[in-house]
Amino acid sequence: MTGLELPLALFLMLNLIAALFRVARGPTAADRMLAALLFGTTGVGMLLLLAYAGGHPSLVDVALVLALLAAIAGAAFAGRAWTKESDDA
Amino acid sequence: MNLALVFDLLLALMLLWSAWRALAAPNATRAVVMFIVFGLFLTLAWGRLDAPDIALAEAAIGAGLTGALLLDAVRTLGESAGADAGGARSPWRWPVLAFSPLLAVILVVAVLEAPQQLVDLPAVVERNMGLSGVTHPVTAVLLNFRGYDTLLEVAVLLAALFGLLALAQGAASAATRESFLLHTLARLATPPMIVVAGYLLWAGAHQPGGAFQAAAVLAAAAVLLHLAGLLPAWVAPGRLLRLGLAGGLLVFLAVAILPLAHAPLLTYPPAWAGALILLVETALTVSLGLVLAGLFLFLSGRSLRDEETR
Amino acid sequence: MPDSAREFFSAVFLVIGAFFYLAGTVGLLRFPDVYTRLHALTKADNLGLGFLVLGLAVQAESLAAALKLLLIWPLTLAASATVGYLIARRARALGISPWLRPEDR
Repeated sequence: MTGLELPLALFLMLNLIAALFRVARGPTAADRMLAALLFGTTGVGMLLLLAYAGGHPSLVDVALVLALLAAIAGAAFAGRAWTKESDDA
Repeated sequence: MNLALVFDLLLALMLLWSAWRALAAPNATRAVVMFIVFGLFLTLAWGRLDAPDIALAEAAIGAGLTGALLLDAVRTLGESAGADAGGARSPWRWPVLAFSPLLAVILVVAVLEAPQQLVDLPAVVERNMGLSGVTHPVTAVLLNFRGYDTLLEVAVLLAALFGLLALAQGAASAATRESFLLHTLARLATPPMIVVAGYLLWAGAHQPGGAFQAAAVLAAAAVLLHLAGLLPAWVAPGRLLRLGLAGGLLVFLAVAILPLAHAPLLTYPPAWAGALILLVETALTVSLGLVLAGLFLFLSGRSLRDEETR
Repeated sequence: MPDSAREFFSAVFLVIGAFFYLAGTVGLLRFPDVYTRLHALTKADNLGLGFLVLGLAVQAESLAAALKLLLIWPLTLAASATVGYLIARRARALGISPWLRPEDR
């Protein structure tokens, strides 16, 4: 354990918050779908760091599951043909 | 001020923020996206609270499957779903806004002032782990010491699926535009997902994991296959599917009833406990995987029964 | 490999990973349209994750744990590539036009 894990987890949290600003702001619906990509990378990274920062080692399994399911949510979001009105999100 | 505290404070803040954005979203799709975001932060929160089992369940079911299900629901019901059910303009929001912080304060005070536990549950569980047949305390509690609760929960999930089957109607018309990339991802990712599900099931005996989480991963694989167009939406379940759906509950019931001749319900003979738990968990993984997948696949692209046709 | 060397390499990889995450976030915030932001997110963030995974795998307690960590990266790569493509395709279908440099308009 290098002692860097927790500071980097915090750093990733700040990154995530900044990125969510973009997701919330938009302006288009496609920008909001970027949230799914974010969790697959930043969220997974945070969980991995927390696992090695003194947290339970099983958080690595949680990260694995999150990576898989973020992909599903993202595919569900972006891959479906939607009605026009939902696209004004 | 140490870093862990800063992290936790930011996390708490983001939980509140995403919950607010989910409830105050101008349309249903944005609400669902923020709900998924909330699910992610909740997963992190469970991780920080040293509850990896719940974190696993939250990541798989809360953020992933429920998110996909809600997105599909929004797509089917239209953007105005729920728009007239109160919402951000309701006059009730003032008393609710006043009451909620008060409730939060009461809860915090109650937790801080909670009296000393008379029974030290973790210690009791620890003492009896040898009898449980597994080495992970959460699994021991869920499948052995409080197995009755789990049995009923499985029955509830199955009942929910029945309700869904009763309501869904019409031909499935899921219009996913064909995507070669999604098709390839589904075919590539499904075998690893099945392996991960098997791993979670096996690991549940000695570390966080277990039937629910494994089932959620299996269901996610099914949803992915469906989104890629490789698995058609389910219509009325055939015999094999029905067997699969009910199988977990039936196996669990059988194991529970077995000792009734000479002992109370759900008494596992200690020598067999480990094997019985594994048997039940395996059956549950398959069944719950089908149930969770069914929640998505039976509804995909369909409309709900109207008032007039009831 | 002695522990101190492991820790050193781990730290180096982790910091490089963090840098790429930062690059991804900056790109996400500053790029002018969703297509360019997709580049930032799928490329930089995933590279950040890769270095992160490498850094943690170096200090993993067993080979199995290290392999499990290293398994996460190709999965997220495949997922990000697909979801990124799907988002771009969706954006195109919605009629979102790509940003052009002023001289190209």
